[in-house]
Amino acid sequence: MATLEIKDLHVSVDTDDGPKEILKGVNLTIRDGETHAIMGPNGSGKSTLAYSIAGHPKYHVTSGSVTLDGVDVLAMTVDERARAGLFLAMQYPVEVPGVSVTNFLRTAKTAIDGEAPKLRTWVKEVNAAMDRVKMDNAFATRNVNEGFSGGEKKRHEIVQLELLDPKVAVLDETDSGLDIDALKIVSEGVNRFKQNGDKGVLLITHYTRILRYITPDFVHVFVNGQVAEEGGPELADELEANGYDRFVSAAV
Amino acid sequence: MTATVSTAVGLSNALEVERVESHLHPDGSFDLADHPVPTGMEEIWRFTPLKRLRGLHSDASLEGEEYKVEVDLPDGIAATSVPVAQSARGIAGLVPSDRVSARAWAAAKSVFEITIPEDYAGDRAATVRLIGTGTELASAGQLLVRAGRHSRSTVVVEYSGSATWAENVEILVEDGADLTFVTVQDWADDAVHHATHHARVGRDANLKHVSVSFGGDVVRHDATAEYSGPGGSVEMLGMYFADEGQHIEHRLFVDHTAPKTKSNVVYKGALQGHGAHTVWIGNVLIRKIAEGIETYEENRNLVLTDGCRADSVPNLEIETGEIEGAGHASATGRFDDEQLFYLRSRGIEEFEARRLVVHGFFHDLIRRIGVESLESKLAETVEAELSKNVLKAL
Repeated sequence: MATLEIKDLHVSVDTDDGPKEILKGVNLTIRDGETHAIMGPNGSGKSTLAYSIAGHPKYHVTSGSVTLDGVDVLAMTVDERARAGLFLAMQYPVEVPGVSVTNFLRTAKTAIDGEAPKLRTWVKEVNAAMDRVKMDNAFATRNVNEGFSGGEKKRHEIVQLELLDPKVAVLDETDSGLDIDALKIVSEGVNRFKQNGDKGVLLITHYTRILRYITPDFVHVFVNGQVAEEGGPELADELEANGYDRFVSAAV
Repeated sequence: MTATVSTAVGLSNALEVERVESHLHPDGSFDLADHPVPTGMEEIWRFTPLKRLRGLHSDASLEGEEYKVEVDLPDGIAATSVPVAQSARGIAGLVPSDRVSARAWAAAKSVFEITIPEDYAGDRAATVRLIGTGTELASAGQLLVRAGRHSRSTVVVEYSGSATWAENVEILVEDGADLTFVTVQDWADDAVHHATHHARVGRDANLKHVSVSFGGDVVRHDATAEYSGPGGSVEMLGMYFADEGQHIEHRLFVDHTAPKTKSNVVYKGALQGHGAHTVWIGNVLIRKIAEGIETYEENRNLVLTDGCRADSVPNLEIETGEIEGAGHASATGRFDDEQLFYLRSRGIEEFEARRLVVHGFFHDLIRRIGVESLESKLAETVEAELSKNVLKAL
């Protein structure tokens, strides 16, 4: 059971010309078991929303609220948010030199669960999670994301998603830069995660193609820092056919 | 000993190194008169806090004997103290490049010689521990490591305790030999250590020269490597962690004196606490004769708190265009916010995330040092250093 509720969220970033507002009042409620797709043109603030939920220090929330099951997320540190059950699969996963994937995954799992995973079953779990996204187990000994291809980084995000098993997953353009095979593999991972209980998924994407493999319950069109239109999966079909022109010109 | 001396003569004749004027490397001299007391304005002294050298650079007596030495040797490797007159010192070509080195050379009464016989091959490191027992009287140390032809060995020298120590170290890697030579400066907070290392690397020989500095008030290490034949390879690895008020300085000079030689220098350091100061000078000279060489040098510093200073200066002098490759890199930075965010977004608390990043920063280097008996010790020392400051502050 988890409900992520975003109310009238305003977010700014610092620029050379002073603070610039990116999110201009976002309202969104993700109930358990729901998959929401957020679609929008470049620069509409989609990624800002993802990073603001996760608590990236670059983004300043100026007003509004984000709650998870009624608890104030914005008052939490980045790591507290993760331990509360939020997960952000990043568009550009970060390389961490000298830290092995094994060490990283075990440390994260220990932090999330509050206790170290049992060694024997854990190794099997990690290997199985890698197998499911067709990632060679040799990656376990490599440094986190270092020298990984774009697709390998995304698979590694899905491995983490499955192992850390959050309540709500925010996927920030996880589909970008993937070929069709990798897209299927990543989508299957997200679908497995969804079946693993009443999970909330916030799927941020520029393209409609991932929605062929992950069916959203709701589609929100994001333009100029706000939700411009909401609908069901059929809205994605319309975007597929007509693009964002209708929304962008309306905003201007 | 007669044989030793003739070898030395043979080598220096064979070398015939052409003189190159270089302001980075004033000509060495055994004559103290050639090394006036530095003022701190000299290129080679401009970063060093002379006032804290306890007169090593001027006229302090070097007659102290406040130290003890422990050795742990695998079968076949000999380590013994030899009176200067009978020693083979000079064999690796060290000529004092500054006043401390010249004074230590003059003051040394004996040379600690570590000798690896020809064709020796062993995995267990020969370990020498020098434990300082006082800082009152400065001491002059002299060490000579000689790896015989086609031998393969590891020598580790660990410094601990309190001392005021001026030292010359010669390393001779004979043709075809493979030597890993490690010094670990794990001094107490009040130690002052000035060392001059000079390595001569033979034909097709490999030297892995490693310097690890954690402790001490002032630690300055000058290390030079040159080649006595083609095909030689030198890897210089360094790892340091400077705390509040600590000065750790490394000045490296790889002198490509022969063709088809290789050098690779990687030094990584972390700094924490007010007044922590590190200096890394990485000089490489590629002489006209040194065609087809490859060199790369790199220094990275991780600044963990405010109030630290890391100086990092790579220099490359190239006198021939006929080289395989030459490059250098230097970077000094704070914690990478994106790395910390990524780790924390997976539930990892901030202090743990910082720990991971610092361990990660040193991890590959520790692995590359490749001395098994040191690996866990180095990781533990990083952990201990971290607990002093970075983690405590959180």
